[in-house]
Amino acid sequence: WQNDSVQKKIRSAFDVFDHEQNQTVDVREIGTIIRSLGRFPTEAELHDVIAEIEEEEPAGFIRFEKFLPTMSRILMENKLRPVPEDLLLQAFEVLDQQKKGHLDPEELSRYLTQEGDPFSQEEMEEMLSAALDPEKNLIFYRDFVSMMTADEPW
Amino acid sequence: MGCGVTKGGEFHKRYDKDGNIISVRISAVTKAIRAAVLIQRWYRQYVARMELRRRYTWNIFQSIEYAGQQDQIKLYNFLGYLVDNFTPSSNERNLISHIFRENEVCRDIEWERFFDYRHIEVPDIYSGPRLTFPLNADQAADLVEAFRSKQQLHSRYVLQLLGETWKLLRVLPNINRISTCHSKEITICGDLHGQLEDLLLIFYKNGMPSMEKAYVFNGDFVDRGKDSIEILLILFAFLLVYPGEVHLNRGNHEDHIINLRYGFTKEVLGKYKMHGKRILKLLQKIFSWLPLATVIDQKVLIVHGGISDTTDLALVARVDRHKYVSSLRPPKRRISHSVRASVDSDMDEDLVGSKYSILNRRRASLTYARPFPARESFQHRSLQDFSSTVARTMEEELEIRRRQAAMTRPGYSMSCRNLNTSMLSPSSSDSLDAFENVQNEWKQILDLLWSDPMIPDGCVPNEVRGGGCYWGPNVTEEFLNKHSMQLIIRSHECKQDGYEFCHNRKVLTIFSASNYYEVGSNRGAFVRLGPDLVPYFIQYQANSMTREMSVRQSLRRTEHSALKVLREQLFAHKSDLMSAFQQHDKENTGLISLSDWGSAMSQVLHLDLPWRMLRSQLITTTTDDMLDYHNWFRNLAIKEKSYEHIEQTLLDTLYKHRSTLETIFRIVDTDNSGFISFEDFRQTWKLLNAYLKMEISEESINDLVVSIDTNKDGNIDIDEFMESFRLVDKNMLERGKSLFMRRSEEYDGPQDETTNQPPQTPTNKEGGFLAPP
Repeated sequence: WQNDSVQKKIRSAFDVFDHEQNQTVDVREIGTIIRSLGRFPTEAELHDVIAEIEEEEPAGFIRFEKFLPTMSRILMENKLRPVPEDLLLQAFEVLDQQKKGHLDPEELSRYLTQEGDPFSQEEMEEMLSAALDPEKNLIFYRDFVSMMTADEPW
Repeated sequence: MGCGVTKGGEFHKRYDKDGNIISVRISAVTKAIRAAVLIQRWYRQYVARMELRRRYTWNIFQSIEYAGQQDQIKLYNFLGYLVDNFTPSSNERNLISHIFRENEVCRDIEWERFFDYRHIEVPDIYSGPRLTFPLNADQAADLVEAFRSKQQLHSRYVLQLLGETWKLLRVLPNINRISTCHSKEITICGDLHGQLEDLLLIFYKNGMPSMEKAYVFNGDFVDRGKDSIEILLILFAFLLVYPGEVHLNRGNHEDHIINLRYGFTKEVLGKYKMHGKRILKLLQKIFSWLPLATVIDQKVLIVHGGISDTTDLALVARVDRHKYVSSLRPPKRRISHSVRASVDSDMDEDLVGSKYSILNRRRASLTYARPFPARESFQHRSLQDFSSTVARTMEEELEIRRRQAAMTRPGYSMSCRNLNTSMLSPSSSDSLDAFENVQNEWKQILDLLWSDPMIPDGCVPNEVRGGGCYWGPNVTEEFLNKHSMQLIIRSHECKQDGYEFCHNRKVLTIFSASNYYEVGSNRGAFVRLGPDLVPYFIQYQANSMTREMSVRQSLRRTEHSALKVLREQLFAHKSDLMSAFQQHDKENTGLISLSDWGSAMSQVLHLDLPWRMLRSQLITTTTDDMLDYHNWFRNLAIKEKSYEHIEQTLLDTLYKHRSTLETIFRIVDTDNSGFISFEDFRQTWKLLNAYLKMEISEESINDLVVSIDTNKDGNIDIDEFMESFRLVDKNMLERGKSLFMRRSEEYDGPQDETTNQPPQTPTNKEGGFLAPP
């Protein structure tokens, strides 16, 4: 029964962040939980979801009984859909106008910290630490894309 | 490259003659923005997936750690029950009763004799520090240097140092009250757990304690790490040199019962073969004299665990803290022993009566009545549940003995008649009040040392740990208001970044043992407070290798470690798991569904872990989503070297309960030699048998005993015995490794070949790229 397996999936992910095992998680973890279930919300979409499932008096936590129906709907209706992997590679290629196969960290940082849903300084540094080839000080994005799109056990 | 990117773009639409849009060309700028958005979304997704993995890896370690603590508590209660219910002449009772005896040495004069170091000679060949008292700062610094160079302090100086420390601690209040005006900043450190490297790193980054540099060390100095005694000696040395600037709080691991299981006892006995036992006894005393909390500027409370809704600092300040030697044992109430003249039925009554009173007393310890519905898994382990089943076993044992006695020796029944059972009926209301008072004080201390914060409001017993409670933000608020304070600083929980705020930044957790679960698992941190009482953090990670590892590599390594530990748990519960699997496989096909596998794991292991998520890490081959569980278990086997002829169930049992077994061994090994005799081993085994309610034949035990006495001298080497049960099957590890090799290739990618790759040919897929989400 499809719905049952969806519910179990949601339960599993929620439980990982439920530290006191009392069916609540810190509201700041909701984004992580939704994404770990394979969804790709924008920041705005995330805020909308949180607004929907928060307590009337926002208390810093989200209860499972509110999270489950909303998340089930998102999964069943395939909302906040994943972006296909090949588009990710194309996105990098778009930024790499001269088709060099790599990007400078400065230019990538400029795009990612100023446009769209901008990265915080911390996020940018974290990404660079994973994406940057330290010897050449360049980002070979094809490899980075492979890493990010690798099949996760889930 | 490097053109400036601005918001907005240009849309160029082309229309056909009817005014319909036939194509849309979007400017390069807009494309770039969209590319950025896409990359951001993907990256955040990737980070979330990693975070999930990191989190459940953490859960694995933490669950197993806390389950171990619970086990320890249960074991202790069980042993206490035995002590209270066996005849004084019983072998088993003698074997273990010593841990329940109050410290026989009561008066100070006698203690000073016990601390006496003067007859211990230090050989000329000893190259370590030679301390002279009173200590000065140079000596303390030299001590740090000596330990950094892996030297060991001679037992003479250890005893002397401990003696001086005890004298000082005795005059300290329960709550240290300090102020920032004397030394501009106060540095607060959390759990160190025997990790000397971290303490050295803290001193390196922050400077050693001095008149200008005040420190508060917030408990859990010992256990788990391998240099607990060295950390203690350093802290005590600085305490003696700078008693106004160095402050120590007691943690839940400053407790000799906990130390039996978590490594400190073993470490001291290993390092100090001749005087280790004496050192441990003195430390028992010293731990009980450690202050319970520190308050800065009357505004900041520093305590190891936390608070509860009943925490009353005024009461805490008044207790005789040294009466509470161990968290697991409230001070014994004086009980009246009565001699029963009649046998049999009367004795049953007595036993029954006493059983309930014992149960009442046990119930009052650690886990108590909870208004919150317990988690299903925990219900199986409720103390009440357990006590009543144990009681039956004891009754049966006594019944059997009585019958035997009646048949053989007439004298024996006399001693049965004289059976002492601890009676708890209060002789007067006064003593009942006193008893309740003690229970209340004990709870106050337990709460301070064992509690954890939780997100929702309220205050509930902390069943995960087995002691203290979970307290919510409203309790923090009330407490701070009541005591006119603004911040609680506590430790007790490992945090990935070394520190974490909660309760609206009114509670700060600070944890100073980096790489606590595994190399790369977490950073350590310490915090500085100036007169403005604004916290300033410094984080670090011992072991230079971890600094060079990327987040991914750290995670992979920690995950590998966690799964290894988890596999050990699986193996330990093999027979129970097999039964559970077979229940899902009524037709005996040898296969079960993955979902049934998950249920069985949950049910048997009592570890709240995300089994669905873990199954791809623990199971590699399935046929049509069904698992061949016999085969799966074959891959989890360990290779015992010489025990092939020993019954499998016996070995499984030994493996499963090896921590408990080791703990009992150490209790039984009263002279702390590291060896126990055959006879003691047999008695130990019977204890374990009773505890586990198992049915293992004497013959199997004898076989086992003979085979593990490798040098045939009638003694069993505890360490050697435990060592042989490490999960060391090469095949399995190899396989586990290859599992990870595969994954790591996926993540690292062919990095080394990138330099030789030709430039990418441009692809022209505009349409696809611009497709709406």
